[in-house]
Amino acid sequence: MTSRSGEAGGPAILTPDPAYDVPAYRSSGKRAPIQPLHQLPLGATERHGPTFGHLSLTSVDADLTRQHTGEPIGERIIVSGRVLDGAGRPLRQSLVEIWQANAAGRYDHPVDQHPAPLDPNFSGAGRCLTEDDGSYQFTTIKPGAYPWGNHPNAWRPAHIHFSVFGRAFTDRLVTQMYFPGDPLFAYDPIFGSVRDESARARMVSSFDLELSRPEWALGYRFDIVVSGPLATPDVP
Amino acid sequence: MSGATPSQTVGPFFSFGLRWLESTQLVGTDHPERVVIQGSVLDGAGTGVPDALVETFQADSAGEFGPVPERDWYGFGRILTNDEGQFAFTTVKPGPLTGSDGTMGAPHLSVSVFARGLLQRVITRIYFPDEELANQLDPVLKTIAPERRSTLVARAADGGLWFDIHLQGEDETVFFNC
Repeated sequence: MTSRSGEAGGPAILTPDPAYDVPAYRSSGKRAPIQPLHQLPLGATERHGPTFGHLSLTSVDADLTRQHTGEPIGERIIVSGRVLDGAGRPLRQSLVEIWQANAAGRYDHPVDQHPAPLDPNFSGAGRCLTEDDGSYQFTTIKPGAYPWGNHPNAWRPAHIHFSVFGRAFTDRLVTQMYFPGDPLFAYDPIFGSVRDESARARMVSSFDLELSRPEWALGYRFDIVVSGPLATPDVP
Repeated sequence: MSGATPSQTVGPFFSFGLRWLESTQLVGTDHPERVVIQGSVLDGAGTGVPDALVETFQADSAGEFGPVPERDWYGFGRILTNDEGQFAFTTVKPGPLTGSDGTMGAPHLSVSVFARGLLQRVITRIYFPDEELANQLDPVLKTIAPERRSTLVARAADGGLWFDIHLQGEDETVFFNC
């Protein structure tokens, strides 16, 4: 999706999203749609979206370092930010889900078999609902970079996967949060699939000393902006 | 306006992060109008995609969107495909839906598919085969070339409905931009 039209002849808004077919990312080869997309008018289904305020989540769901009996290995970090719409309005009671590799760069997933250790005290999955100001916060371990088979000597920059829903079906977003200054950015076709440099920068968290807790954890800030085409949402 | 956060692929390893909210029974097993919808997510070679995430969103049979906690109605489905790339869920056909121009649209579900290899989700719709007249008049289906329209309509099979999602290839499903 390179552009989307505003409703009723409104201005086209450039979206930062990657193309589907990115040859440097091999997995897209047989999975990327080839036919042109059809512009979907904003009907009833697009103006609404799933809500998750009814879920009972606990503080342990948002603290990935406390989900087992012992402490996970690695650099403890706090990741916090706000989930906002395109006009900067906070999204409240909005579900945020994250998943990631452990400090050694290994996922707790049967398909990840690369030679790095699993951590019995780290699963790498968390979730929370945003507060009234749209804010969320996770405590976790800084994930390691890891190799993958896309091309010779291919490594993914360290990242945390994020899933958010926004206010309506049109807002649904899955993305990845990266860490500032990663030397692997230049070599990663997934990060590089976002062509616009300023848009790529919006996937990179920033170190925040204010958020860091003395003697405990470094803080990284990461705001997420979902920007569906609903200019004036009619759904609270 | 602040710039939107770009999409990135869900990758191959999402199951341990997203399965906790898997939702394949959108209505109770005793719901009189329940329908099982199953299908496959297929790549351009026709091979099932075993690491796809299918999410659905819809109104209930009265055309009402959730949440309606008193009858446990949220309208959200999340299904992880199995080793063969198949998915299945139980829901109800939504009531008629008002289109953007005020016209009544044919009943449908909105669907997102995420997978390794998809840098952003694909968006499609599932329409119902027993709604022939409503489908003919549907403001979205009408805009689609007749030869591709059928990719958006489930077919009756095995006492329920079958809906394949072809990410690519000769039978590529119609995908939307919204």
